Amino acid sequence: MKKTIVSIVIIGAFVIYSFLHAHSGLVAVAPNTPAGSRSSSSSPTAPSSTAAPGATATSGATSTPGSLYKDGSYTGSVDDAQWGVVQVKAIIKNGKITDVQFLQYPNDRNRSIEINSIADPQLTSEAIQAQSANVNIVTGATDSSDAFIQSLTDALSQARA
Amino acid sequence: MKQLQLLMGMPITVEVVDRSVTDADIENVFAYFRALDDTFSTYKEHSEISKINRGELCEEEYSAEMKTILAVSEQTKQETRGYFDIQHNGIIDPSGIVKGWAILNAAHMLKAAGFTNFYIDAGGDIQVAGTKGGNPWRIGIRNPFNRKENVKVLAVTDKGIATSGTAIRGQHIYDPHYPHMPLQDIVSLTVIGPNVYEADRFATAAFAMGKRGIYFIEQLAGFEGYMIDAAARATFTSGFERYVLQQ
Repeated sequence: MKKTIVSIVIIGAFVIYSFLHAHSGLVAVAPNTPAGSRSSSSSPTAPSSTAAPGATATSGATSTPGSLYKDGSYTGSVDDAQWGVVQVKAIIKNGKITDVQFLQYPNDRNRSIEINSIADPQLTSEAIQAQSANVNIVTGATDSSDAFIQSLTDALSQARA
Repeated sequence: MKQLQLLMGMPITVEVVDRSVTDADIENVFAYFRALDDTFSTYKEHSEISKINRGELCEEEYSAEMKTILAVSEQTKQETRGYFDIQHNGIIDPSGIVKGWAILNAAHMLKAAGFTNFYIDAGGDIQVAGTKGGNPWRIGIRNPFNRKENVKVLAVTDKGIATSGTAIRGQHIYDPHYPHMPLQDIVSLTVIGPNVYEADRFATAAFAMGKRGIYFIEQLAGFEGYMIDAAARATFTSGFERYVLQQ
């Protein structure tokens, strides 16, 4: 296995997509009935109370021949994820999904916490700290909650050519 | 060229930097994931795994891929002292191992097609090959408390990276030795390994070990780990910093 360790850093342009088509008129597509108002017994957070009309699309309306989706950025419904709400935006370029951004996401930092630090000579411990956003890929726990899938499915249904 | 599709219930992203890449090359990768999903999805009534769970197939009738997955699952169970187990309440759910295995095989397909600089990301588990713009791939470890932030940036080439955690899906990993006890101490465990299949299976098992999980990764040769606990403190293995991008 070879390891090339080079320094110098560039690129990281995910966010820019969202602004590309942003000026071309908002169209309210559907009334505010989130596709999946699956109520969770433990936290009856009404998705509609938290934000935004269910579905809006900002579209350049350029469609690539033969492709499933029209170019543009499409905002999905707000869906209940039990610990909060999830809402995503899908970015379509050349008829393909190029990015999925989270507009709303549950934050579970304010739980009661019992601190028990690990002391071990071989392992190092540190407080986590935000770093530069300049990355190619992100690793994290899998985003496959029902709420995520629902919001994204809603965004993609608006993008259909 | 970069594309994303929703398959196996999660976003899968493929980016190939090599200029010769075509739409068809990338579509081949997605088609492979779709085919595996038809075999291994416990959500699909007609998948092979669903038939097995309903007792409709005997072992001789299993496909070669199913036999491989069951064998590597058993091997992983042994290697992790039972912490990795695809059987739960009498139902077999191999999704914990199929994902990493699928990404690795898809990466082999791209290699065989002559590509050397690419990545495949399935739901936050990643195989990277070669470089992007001549530099190692830069991979952020997402802050489990705020998904807009990264808490570490890694510079990696020809490796697999996988993260197990409780983030959006809620509690989907449990301790097979105490299946009813929630795992609360640890919220995220990222493992860097020789490939994504290895990184993924050991990340899953180590996560189920709770706070001891990072020690398990420490004693595995060729693996490094970064664990984040509920108090937002990270603990990492002795060789982890080699992969941290020097900014």
